[in-house]
Amino acid sequence: MITALLLFWPALAALLVLLIKGQGAKKVAFVAALIEFAIAILATTGFDAAGGRMQYELNLPWVENAGIGFHIGMDGISLLMVLLTTFLVPLIILSAFNHDYKNPNAFYALILFMQTGLIGVFVALDAFLFYFFWEVALIPIYFIAAIWGGTNRIKVTLKFFVYTVFGSLFMLAAFVYLYFQTGATDAAAHSSDVQAFYQLALSAESQSWIFWFLFIAFAIKMPVFPFHTWQPDTYTESPTQATMLLSGIMLKMGIYGVLRWLLPVVPMGVSQWDELVLVLSIIGIVYGSVIAIRQHDLKRLIAYSSIAHVGLIAAGIFTLNEQGLQGGVIQMLSHGINVTGLFFIIDIIYRRTNTREITSLGGITQNAKALSIFFMILLLGAVALPLTNGFVGEFLLLSGVYQYNAWFGAVAGLTIILSAVYMLRMFQGVMFGTKSEHTDAFTDLTFNEKAVLIPLVIMVFWIGLFPNTFLSISEPAVGNLLNIINR
Amino acid sequence: MTSIILLSVFGIVNLFVGFLKSKKILLPLALLFLIVVFGVNLLAWNNTQTYFNNMLTIDNYAVAFTGIMVLTTLLILPFSQSYIDAEDENLAEYYSLLLFSLVGAIMMVAYENLIMLFIGIEILSIAMYVLAGSNKRSLRSNEAALKYFLMGSFFTGVLLFGIVLIYGATGTFDITEIGAANVMADGTTNTMFTMGLLLLVIGISFKIAAAPFHFWTPDVYEGTPTFFTTFMATVVKTAGVAAFYKLMNAAFEGSFTAWFPTIIAITVLTLVVGNIGAVIQPSVKRMLAYSSISHAGYLLMTLVAFNDLSENAIFFYSLSYALASVMSFGILKLVEDAREGNHSFAAFNGLGKTNPLLAFVMTVSMLSLGGIPLTAGFFGKLFVFSAVIETGNLMWLVVLAVVLAAIGIYYYIKVVIAMYMQPAGENTKVPVSGFATLVLIICAALTVLLGLVPGLVSNML
Repeated sequence: MITALLLFWPALAALLVLLIKGQGAKKVAFVAALIEFAIAILATTGFDAAGGRMQYELNLPWVENAGIGFHIGMDGISLLMVLLTTFLVPLIILSAFNHDYKNPNAFYALILFMQTGLIGVFVALDAFLFYFFWEVALIPIYFIAAIWGGTNRIKVTLKFFVYTVFGSLFMLAAFVYLYFQTGATDAAAHSSDVQAFYQLALSAESQSWIFWFLFIAFAIKMPVFPFHTWQPDTYTESPTQATMLLSGIMLKMGIYGVLRWLLPVVPMGVSQWDELVLVLSIIGIVYGSVIAIRQHDLKRLIAYSSIAHVGLIAAGIFTLNEQGLQGGVIQMLSHGINVTGLFFIIDIIYRRTNTREITSLGGITQNAKALSIFFMILLLGAVALPLTNGFVGEFLLLSGVYQYNAWFGAVAGLTIILSAVYMLRMFQGVMFGTKSEHTDAFTDLTFNEKAVLIPLVIMVFWIGLFPNTFLSISEPAVGNLLNIINR
Repeated sequence: MTSIILLSVFGIVNLFVGFLKSKKILLPLALLFLIVVFGVNLLAWNNTQTYFNNMLTIDNYAVAFTGIMVLTTLLILPFSQSYIDAEDENLAEYYSLLLFSLVGAIMMVAYENLIMLFIGIEILSIAMYVLAGSNKRSLRSNEAALKYFLMGSFFTGVLLFGIVLIYGATGTFDITEIGAANVMADGTTNTMFTMGLLLLVIGISFKIAAAPFHFWTPDVYEGTPTFFTTFMATVVKTAGVAAFYKLMNAAFEGSFTAWFPTIIAITVLTLVVGNIGAVIQPSVKRMLAYSSISHAGYLLMTLVAFNDLSENAIFFYSLSYALASVMSFGILKLVEDAREGNHSFAAFNGLGKTNPLLAFVMTVSMLSLGGIPLTAGFFGKLFVFSAVIETGNLMWLVVLAVVLAAIGIYYYIKVVIAMYMQPAGENTKVPVSGFATLVLIICAALTVLLGLVPGLVSNML
């Protein structure tokens, strides 16, 4: 039941927010998102990680007599993703408090509505239900980005929308095919349940093409090189809140999809293609990093760094060993927290100076001590300095890739050096040096801004110092996943 | 059967009511008639009856599709407000013609005999030829009527020729008997039969605007007053596809190998022409015309699949498509009336600000046509793809359809972009009557409802 509550509460709240005229909408939306987070915490306290089984399950028939169920539930991986979503959404709403978006009720209602889609993706245990929420999450983010975005938004978001739908339709076709493979002995016994998919015994050839049908959908969402071309423009043109939602949570949908619906469903397909995927991911790491070094626009820089970080996560989970998978899960949390914080700091700087060009900024530390400290911590988290959250994830991921192939591990390890280069170069250009005309009258953080950044920074250290709080939740579930893959 | 009689009587009554001075009563009266017909039609559920010496069978298939078509007409009528307001429009005649053509449509889904199919198509078509030209002073409307009539009569001839050849080969018009005769059994070839079959397929393909027999569609849809285009795109198409499937299923199941290559070629062409054609259209109306061709393609995919899932897939897809089309064409008509006949994308600019409700409903419609979840269109596509994938060897067709569906998103989203992301400029608020508002809300609600719980109707047949 608690899963259903988690799923539908944001949608209900969205309807409520829609009715509120004026800027009061954001307060209601914020409270609703906090309630959602409280529900998620409640679910965590009652969660029994041992055994890694599904909990809080609800299984109702959805399409009668067709084996398509409204089946939801959470294991450790799902729970961590739900926690990430419910933790970030209130902060994302709070981060918008200083903006006066027009039609605020629609803006905040769409964010909450999108939360339902995101939670749905993470808790769905039926293939068609998963696809359903996968697209439900896309519609609101498209409108948020396309209505409240920057000057070039229309073209960019159209590309984003068509690109992602293109990928996900392939996933749908693969799901339908798999659905007809279930219950092969009895035509009436077709099922789209996740367990039915896991029990399929498909030939290596069909697994091979199904792999690509599914992988394209997930790879576009993550995005893995070379399916990333929509991403930098979309991140740059979207309003900050949409960028945070996209990078902080939505790209995790793709990685989660790989974990739940790709690796265990077509393990033979994966073993045919994993080397290629690793190569693509590692190209993505180097490519994203190198381009990030060359960027002058702060938002684009973080967008490209995101490609690099996600490349490492993708490489890690396709190694199919425990370090790689656990590292992928924990790094999803870390990346979500760090990238949300960094985009917020860029937004703070942009609103005060009206520029995101590194060259026209500088000397901000002299005016804004608190901002500098928060910025530095989040940045070090992204660079994966020990004691921060990024270190745990990247260490596990790199050791996973190293076990798979030492050479791959060596090249992927470049990410740590390269990310230090572009991040520190950015920090230097923006925060140190002499003041420019834009940063002359820079004011330090307001109460609201601190209220967003403090929880994020706490999490950076929490995951960095006590990663076991989270690793222990996902470990049995990852073990289960590996058992299914290696059966 | 009762619905056919009632509709004919109501059509005539409507004509006489037209003599009254006030036109205000016409719309409520016509709506009332259709509600009665809708209810009476449902009474025949699970109660199969044959009429006229086995010429017509009212079975669940007929009842289900009659239901869609009557419901659609019911939802279309309230958009005739501009005709009620205009002094010199012959509203009573329009309503009567729509009711009469509905009679033809019902015969097309209930026929048991090729002659009845022919008569049904003719009753439906002749009313549509007239209505296409109902805007007498418009050159485009006249062109549409003439084009539709000339092409239509030509292809009716082709259809009739096909029927005759089939009769020559089998000695009967009855579709069950044709099926039982099974001329092509044991792989024998029968040129007369094959030719007749081919001509029948071509004749019906024209009626549902399948490529390469679609050339009339964009011009006719564009020239015809939008109110009647809505009817053409929904009722005529539903009747055509339902008749097509019934024909193939009852009469030509045994000769599957003879018509399968033709159907698959027509389907692929229709999908490609419809979706690619829609991308380059300058006006919303022409875009919707091409999109209706593409939807004929998706519907034809069920014929390619030709298995136990096809019937329900056609039913669900037709219903979701009809609902979405009523919304899109209905709003197009309202917008067009307010913008002096302009039906380009620019006419929709800023609709999200001037008419939030219309813009929202139009968005639901576009998402449903595009097959995005939360809307009925998603499950329509899912069921159609399912039927094809179940055959096991047509994955390439699904891949093609998937790629084209993604292209489809592009042109549907263009309307949404115009509504929400372009400034209104000189576009003012579009006036909407109370009836039309109600209909739009009902359609949007049904579309979302079917998008959430498709099980309500997905397993009826």
